[in-house]
This record gives sequence, C-alpha cells and structure tokens, in this order.
Amino acid sequence: MENLIALLIAAPLLGAAVLLTGGRRLDAVGHWIGTLLAGASFVFGAILFADLLGKDAEHRTLTQHLWSWIPVEGFQADVTFRLDQLSMTFVLLITGVGSLIHLYSIGYMEHDERRRRFFGYLNLFLAAMLLLVLADNYLLLYVGWEGVGLASYLLIGFWQHKPSAATAAKKAFLVNRVGDMGLSIAIMLMFTTFGTFAFGPVLGSHEKPGLVTGASEATLTGIALMLLLAACGKSAQVPLQSWLGDAMEGPTPVSALIHAATMVTAGVYLIVRSANIFNLAPDAQLVVTVVGAVTLLFGAIVGCAKDDIKKALAGSTMSQIGYMVLAAGLGPIGYVFAIMHLVTHGFFKAGLFLGAGSVMHGMNDEVDMRKYGGLRKYMPVTFVTFGLGYLAIIGFPGLSGFFSKDKIIEAAFAKGGTEGWILGACALLGAAITAFYMTRVMLMTFFGEERWRRSETPSPAEPSVEPAAETHGEHAEPHPHESPRSMTIPMIVLAFGSVFAGGFFSIGDRFLHWLEPVTGHSHGDAPISAATVTAATVTVMVVGVTIAWLQYGRRPVPVVAPRGSLLTRAARRDLLQDDFNHVVLVRGGEHLTRSLVYVDHTLVDGVVNGTAASVGGLSGRMRKLQNGFARSYAVSMFGGAAILVAATLLMRAV
Amino acid sequence: MSFPLLTATAVLPAVGAIATAAVPAARRTAAKWLALLVSLATLALAITVLVRFDPDGARYQLTESHAWIADFGVRYELGVDGIGVALLALTALLIPFIILAGWHDADPLETGSRRWRPTQGFFALILAVEAMVIISFEATDVFLFYIFFEAMLIPMYFLIGGFGDRAHAGSDENAAAQRSYAAVKFLLYNLVGGLIMLAAVIGLYVVAGNFSLQEIAEARANGTLDMATNTERWLFLGFFFAFAVKAPLWPLHTWLPNAMGEATAPVAVLITAVVDKVGTFAMLRFCLQLFPEASKWATPAILVLALISIVYGALLAVGQRDIKRLVAYASISHFGFIIMGIFAMTSQGQSGATLYMVNHGISTAALMLVAGFLISRRGSRLIADYGGVQKVAPVLAGTFLIGGLATLSLPGLAPFVSEFLVLVGTFARYPVIGIIATFGIVLAALYTLVLYQRTMTGPVKPEVSAMPDLRMRELVVVAPLVVLLIFLGVYPKPVTDIVNPAVKSTMSDVHKKDPKPEVEAAK
Repeated sequence: MENLIALLIAAPLLGAAVLLTGGRRLDAVGHWIGTLLAGASFVFGAILFADLLGKDAEHRTLTQHLWSWIPVEGFQADVTFRLDQLSMTFVLLITGVGSLIHLYSIGYMEHDERRRRFFGYLNLFLAAMLLLVLADNYLLLYVGWEGVGLASYLLIGFWQHKPSAATAAKKAFLVNRVGDMGLSIAIMLMFTTFGTFAFGPVLGSHEKPGLVTGASEATLTGIALMLLLAACGKSAQVPLQSWLGDAMEGPTPVSALIHAATMVTAGVYLIVRSANIFNLAPDAQLVVTVVGAVTLLFGAIVGCAKDDIKKALAGSTMSQIGYMVLAAGLGPIGYVFAIMHLVTHGFFKAGLFLGAGSVMHGMNDEVDMRKYGGLRKYMPVTFVTFGLGYLAIIGFPGLSGFFSKDKIIEAAFAKGGTEGWILGACALLGAAITAFYMTRVMLMTFFGEERWRRSETPSPAEPSVEPAAETHGEHAEPHPHESPRSMTIPMIVLAFGSVFAGGFFSIGDRFLHWLEPVTGHSHGDAPISAATVTAATVTVMVVGVTIAWLQYGRRPVPVVAPRGSLLTRAARRDLLQDDFNHVVLVRGGEHLTRSLVYVDHTLVDGVVNGTAASVGGLSGRMRKLQNGFARSYAVSMFGGAAILVAATLLMRAV
Repeated sequence: MSFPLLTATAVLPAVGAIATAAVPAARRTAAKWLALLVSLATLALAITVLVRFDPDGARYQLTESHAWIADFGVRYELGVDGIGVALLALTALLIPFIILAGWHDADPLETGSRRWRPTQGFFALILAVEAMVIISFEATDVFLFYIFFEAMLIPMYFLIGGFGDRAHAGSDENAAAQRSYAAVKFLLYNLVGGLIMLAAVIGLYVVAGNFSLQEIAEARANGTLDMATNTERWLFLGFFFAFAVKAPLWPLHTWLPNAMGEATAPVAVLITAVVDKVGTFAMLRFCLQLFPEASKWATPAILVLALISIVYGALLAVGQRDIKRLVAYASISHFGFIIMGIFAMTSQGQSGATLYMVNHGISTAALMLVAGFLISRRGSRLIADYGGVQKVAPVLAGTFLIGGLATLSLPGLAPFVSEFLVLVGTFARYPVIGIIATFGIVLAALYTLVLYQRTMTGPVKPEVSAMPDLRMRELVVVAPLVVLLIFLGVYPKPVTDIVNPAVKSTMSDVHKKDPKPEVEAAK
C-alpha cells in the first residue's frame, strides 16, 4: 500500500512534464490531461485514506523509501515519504480542492491561449505541495517548499505581459526566500545538533520525543524561531506578509488554490509537524502566538479597507492563517484546531475565491467592488455558494467556520494567565472585524444598487465619474451572467464543505481523535467556560455584521472611495508596510548596489591595478613593440623556466 | 605497459587543435565539424576514465609516470582522484556544448568590415584550452601542473582578445579597445599570479628536493619532511595567490567581468565553467595536501574573503546593466561558496565544494549560453534593451529561466545540493559565517529574477518582436544541460560516490575531523 504514496506525487508531476514540454499539439487536450491527473492523485489519496482508516490509530503511519538522495560523509538525506494522519489530511485537502480548481479552471481559462501551460503549472504545484507534506525529512520538505514557491511564482506572473504581475511574482519569490533562509538555518542547526534532520529520529512521536530531548532549550528555541521565520514567509505572516496582496495578480483559480487553500497554509503545517521542537521551546511558542495574533488583526484591518474584491479576500486569508498560527503556537492545546481550521478554511476560502472569480468572469474582469452591486439577481448560484462561504467564515452558528474558529478562541483563553486573556481578546476582536469586512464584501457585491450600470449613463450631477466612464467605454459594458457548469460545480461542492465540514469534524470530536495520535492534545486550563466563549463569539460576530450593514447596507456605496480616516488610508496601503519596504529595502538597496558598482570599478580595480602598476606600464611598452603578447609572454615563460633551472642548479651546487 | 588513458584524454584534443588549425581556410565548416568530433571523442575517453575509475580503490588511479627532466626531479606524472575525475568529466562534457554554441561566433564578419576572423583558429584554440585544462586536472607533478596552468593563458588570451562579442554598444574601434583591455587584464592578472606561484614552486623544490605531489604529501603526512612554519606559510601563500586570481577570489576578481563581458558567450563559459575551476581544484589538491598546517593557519582569513566574495559578488550582480557582466559577478559569488566549502575543512563542505564546481559549470553554461543566444538575436548586451521576450520566444525564455533558477540554487536542481552542503559544512564549524553566507541565497534570487523580469516579461519591445525562438542547434545545446541539472538535483549520488573517498583523504591530509553533533557530543 505504501507504494501508492509515490504515485500521489508522480501523477501531477507527470502532468507537469507532459504539459510543459508537449508543445502546441497538446493545446486541445492539455487541460483535460491536467485535470485527470489531479483527479488520479485524489483517487490514490482516497485509497490510502481508506487503508489508514482500516488500521488502529497507533499504526496509521506509512513510509516509503525511494533512494538515497545526498549521501556524504556524516550527512545523509533520503528521498523517503511519510504518510500519517497529519499528511493524509493535507493530501486529501490538496488533491480534493486541487482537482476541483483544475475543473473550474477549464472554464475560467477557456479563452487564454496559454491554457495548456497554466495547467502544467497547476500540476507542478500539486506535485510540489504533495512533496512538501509527504517528505520524511526537512531537506526533502525544503524541495517541496521551494517547489510550491516556484509554482506560485510562475502562476502569479502567469500574465507576464502585465508588468504588475511580473513584479508581484518576483516579490513573492523574494520575500519567501527570506523565509527560506530561516528554513536553511533551521536545518543546519538540526544537523549540527542532532546529526540528522529526518523526522523520525529528530522528532520521535508526541508520546516519546526523539533526539530533541537531548538538546538545550536555547538551541531548540533557535531552531523553532528559524522555522517560524520560514513559516512567516510561506504563510504571509507579519513581518513577511507583504507579498500576498500583490499575489492577487495571478489568475483567480490560483488565488483560490495556492494563495488561500493550500500553499499559504504550509507554514502552519511546518509548525504543527515540528510540534516536538516547539513544545520544548516555550519562548518560541510565545513568539508564534504573538505573530499569529498580530497577523490576524493586521490582515483583518487591511481586509476592511480594500475595494478590490480579491485583495479584501487576501487580507482575510492572512487573518485566518493568523488564527491557525496562533493556535499552533498554543502547543498541544491548539495543534488539532489549527489544522481543523486550516481544512475548513480551505473549503470556504477556496469557495469564496472561486465565487469572486465567477463574479469577475461575468463582469469583464472588474475587481473593484465599488463597481459591483446587486449581482445576486444575475448570478444566483454564485450568490448562494459565496453566501454560504461568507456565513462559514464569519462563524455563523452551525457552519464550518463556527466550529473551527470557536475552538481556536477557546484554546487561546485556555492558554491561561494574562497571555491567555490577551490572545483570547485578540481572537475575539478579530472575529468581530472578520464579520465586518466579509459583510462589507457581501453587501457591496451582491446587494444594493447596480453600480456597474452607472458607467453607462453617468449622471451629470456627478462629473467626477465621467473620466472613469470614458475609460470603461472601450470595454464592452458588463453583462453580468452566471458562469458555466464547469465553474459552478466546484463552487457548489466547496459550499457543501463550507457548510458541513465543521460540524462533521466536531461531532464526537472526530477530527480530534483522528489527529491526536500525531500531534497530541491537552485541554489547557480555561478560565471561562466554552459556552461563554461561544456566546461571546456569536455576539461579536453579530456586532460586526450590524456595523457593516449600517455603513454599507443601509446607505448607498459611493463609486469613488471616500478619502477616509487616517487608519482607513493606511489600511488601504497595507498599513504602510510596502512604503516601509520601498524606502528602506528597495531604495536603500539600490543606493548600496549602485555605490558598490562604483567602488568596484574605481577602488577595488584601481588598487589592485595600482599595485601592479609597474607591470601595467610594462604592458604598454610591450604593446608598442607590436610583437603581440604571445611572443612577450613566451619570453617571460622562458625566462621563468630559466630562473627555475638556474635556481635548482644553484641549490644542487650548494 | 597499459594504454596511457589519461595522456590520451589530453593528447586527443591537442592533436585535434592542430588538425583543426590546419584545415584550409575555405573549408570552414569542415573545421567546425572536426573540432566537434574531436571534442566528442574526448568526451568518450573521459567517460572511459570515469568507468574505469574505482571510487573505493587507490587514491590516485590510472597513474602514469615517466622521467622527464631527471636532473631537476621533474617527472611526467599523471593520476586522478575522485575530485580530478569529476572535473575531467565536466570539462570533457562542456566543450562539445561550447563548440556547438559558438558555431557561428567565428564566422567572417559581414562585408564592409575589414576584420577577418580565422574560424579554424577559434575552434583550435578551444581544443587547445581543453587539452591544457585536462592535463592540469591530471598532473600529480607540481612542475608539470605549473607549466599547463600557465600555458593555458595563451590560447585564452587569444580567445578573449581575438574573438569578441559582436554585440557591443560602442563603435568598432571602441569595442576593439575594450576587448583588448579585457584580454590584457586577464593575462596580466593571471601572469602575476603565475609568477608568484613560480617562485613558490622553486621554493618547494628547494625544500623538498622533488616535484612529486604524492611523495611530498606523503612525506609531509608521516613527518619525514619538516618545513619551518614560516617557509610553509610563504610557499602556501605563493600557491594560493595564483589560484585565488584564477578562481577568482575578492579582491582579485575584477578581471573576470571584463573578460566575460567582452568574450563571446561560449568563451565566457569556457573561462568561468572550465578554466577557473582549475584554480579552486588546485586549492583543494595542492594547497591542502602540500601545506596542511599553513592552510589551517590561513583558513580564517580565506573564509572572510570567501564570504566577502559571496555577498559582494551578488550585490554587484544586482547592480549590473550588462547581462554577461551580471553572470560574471554571480560567478564570483559562487566561487566564494566553493572556496568557503574547501576551507571550512569539513567533509560536507569539501564534498559540497567539489560538487559545486561541477554544478556551477553546468548551470552557468546553461544560463550563459542561452544569454548568448539571446544577445546574438538582438545585438545588445544591455538588459534595458530587452522586454517581453517570453511572449515571442517562449522556449528561449523557459530555458533561460531554468538556467536562472539553477543559478539561484532552487531545490530540485543540481546547484542546490552543493550549495546546501557547503553551507551546512561551513555552519558546522563556523556558524556565524554560515549564517551570513545564507544571505547569498536571497541576493541570488534577486539578481536572477530581476534579470528575468526585465528581459523576458512585460510588454514586448518593438526591437524584439520579431525575435525567433531557439533553433534546433541551440536546443541541442541547452536541452541536455537542463536534463543534467534536474538529474543531478534529484540523484547526485553518482557524483558524490566518486567524490566522497577523495574528500576523506584530503580531510585526513589536513588532520581534520568533522565536528560531532551536539547531542552526541554531550553523551
């Protein structure tokens, strides 16, 4: 059975190879090849899942050793896969949502002449992401880690002719590389500390930890913080969050799959996978919770101010992953819930993005929500599925997000002490803001006036709209319509997940029992009862929705964004993080490299040349002799050899 | 007496060079084919060496030894260890690609120009360089090594000075002047290095009484040959200086961007992927074996210089406007990694460094040759003259990207394996230096992706809108390199198996043991 594991990865990898090297011949069928191979991978995953379910909880780990990858004296890295409950969960999420999004992309990318290549990249992503979660050591994980980064780079920049897309792709890769430094250093530290970086020996199991127990807390804290740095890059957590908003330049299915449901959650996987390291490094855990709490608020605030529907959702993704990171930082109290929220979020956020894509598809690729409005009549399926995703994410009682987010908020309080109160309060506040910004998105898109009509008949009372109307006059006026079946089916399936997954997981603590053998679990020490937390969560959610309704539901939404408060303006600019990066890193870097080029040309070159000035002068004279360098060089060689002979003779004589 | 296989690997291209040069001027194409066939035959011989080499056998294999200048103890001694065999194979592998990529680089210029290009000479010189580089990897006699280490400068000088890149911003005279400057600079830097080495070679003879690497190294190891501490250090510095110029190590690097910028792309590959490797190879073979104590004494300083090379080279690459100079500075950064790995004095560092030499050869060849194809289409080396190429020439852009990703050491491609080994090997002994060096991976991503973004993406510039995609000859050059980059990234074991025993011997030469893992050490 374990031999199937490699096939999970091989299927999409084959697809990528065939589609990217196959040439134009495959243009007509490429998307089907890609989708079928993604589906095949899902089927393999389902078979393996059934197999795992048939075993008892303690024996649900399969490993498959393929070959010795880097064998060097004292250093051993293998291509070995490990499938346990944690990786199985990811495999199903990745291949399941992945297959749906492949299907969706058939329709979404129908008119793109490079559709075959798009599916090649999507398949490449699946293969890399599966490698990431199936690797049995950190170095192999690194390959998947960068592989998804590469796929993300290629897909964000898929419309390369747009300079903004190319820039966003580069930015994503670069910011992730900073995180990769962390992963590199963490692996190097593991190697010097344990002599290995394979999961088995280093981590052990949660009942019987491996070599980690022999290391000092300082070392483990170092490793954990470096892993956290890596996680921050991949999962867009503060301070490496700046790339995710720009990543929305990619086609919307990419945003749904990579930048919402799967890749960006890899950081959470890394932390939960490394639980035994973090468990022994409480200081690092504290930092993890702080990063999570800060990001969940940061992302939520940014989400409130964006008029671009995808960027609003991107802020939301950042914020939701902040919840997961927060939970992962809580240790055994939170690991299971981090992953549970990760899965439910995978459903509803992918669904929301696909819904947004469907809206854009019907609206001439318009992304500005201020130019939407009243679309529920024209896109009923999109409206309902998006609406269910919306109810899930804000934590409407009974839907997926309610169960998973509520658990995280409970766990945050259960951390105990002042920390617990602060973290719990942040999580609650985040829930209120989530309800606010998601209601805003919902209202601006599907309710209210049909603001997209205004561009056709600009009222004379609002001359400021006219220029916008003119620029849009070149495009065909939007005729909102429902998307084709290949797009709506994935949306419907994901909507089912958004509604029922949370409840299914929570009844009888199914998810907890499934994952506990890998991650361990403890209840913590809750200062307030679960019922109180749930009541509070629902209350703040209602408050958030109400405020949003007062602002965007009761009053008409202006087509041109008002100036807004200082905070709003800062939030629109991603809380000025990009401005900071630009001034400090980009400008500073440009000055640095420019001056170094000058220094290299004048100083370094000059000094070295100056030292050899006499030889240089000699060369000038030689050139005048016009006898070419070969001859003069031959002379000097000969002279050198002569000196050598003379010297040896002399030494002999002595 | 058995067939002198190692001699044959060097003699074949040497004879091929003479034969190519002798082809009548009118039969230009025949000369090209002859050169290509000779290089392929040399590759076949190199593969034979590779097959015959037993990684677990004696340290030096396929040895040949003949008296040469008996009075001065100079012998014609050849032999390869795992490191030599890997680099021999790399050299023999790259030359056919270099020849094929440079197929039209030495064609006569268009009418109207009075400059004449001796096509035969171009290919003959490449083969001559190959012969000399190969013998440098095989020589186990210090004097024999020195002769060819120096002699290869002559054909290189003519390749740089005589066959410049046609894509030049300035006028013909201006281009000729810059080319001549680059060639002279190349020659002078290396000449000075060589002369200093010559003094050290003489000094070594004075102390040891012969030139045999094996004899001296053995005598050094078992204590029968004592060197005064200062003598050893001076001799070490003499050797190291020459190798550091060739490698090149900061601050002796400034000849490389000039040479690589002015030479044609295939010759630039010859410089950085083949000739420069002799420098780093020689550090590993001669510096560490002959002067183990001095090597350890100099380690901190060398590591700092290597670290500066890594960061400085990468930063300079970011600031370049010329595609080829950018690749040159990237190479300087990579040579920093190689030298750092050698002097980290750990098994991982040295195996990584050797692997790095091989992988850097392949990845730079891929990137630089595609860059050359690009430049020949547009007639400009300036990054700013390009834009949107991927739209019109997607295969060219794709292979360029893969070359770039290899240069930034993307996991899954060959250079990642070697770079990580170097980093981990350095980190094990010098954590701070290891950590600073990891900044190199961020900077590498920066210069590579900026280069790709500016040339390949964005709106199509009118000047590139009619650019043809890769032709069959060009694909034949690039595709095998790409396959190798992927293969050696996924399965580097064939190379590490050959290299590991040689590294083990070197480690024992310098009396160094790998640091033990903290957890194990605590027990």
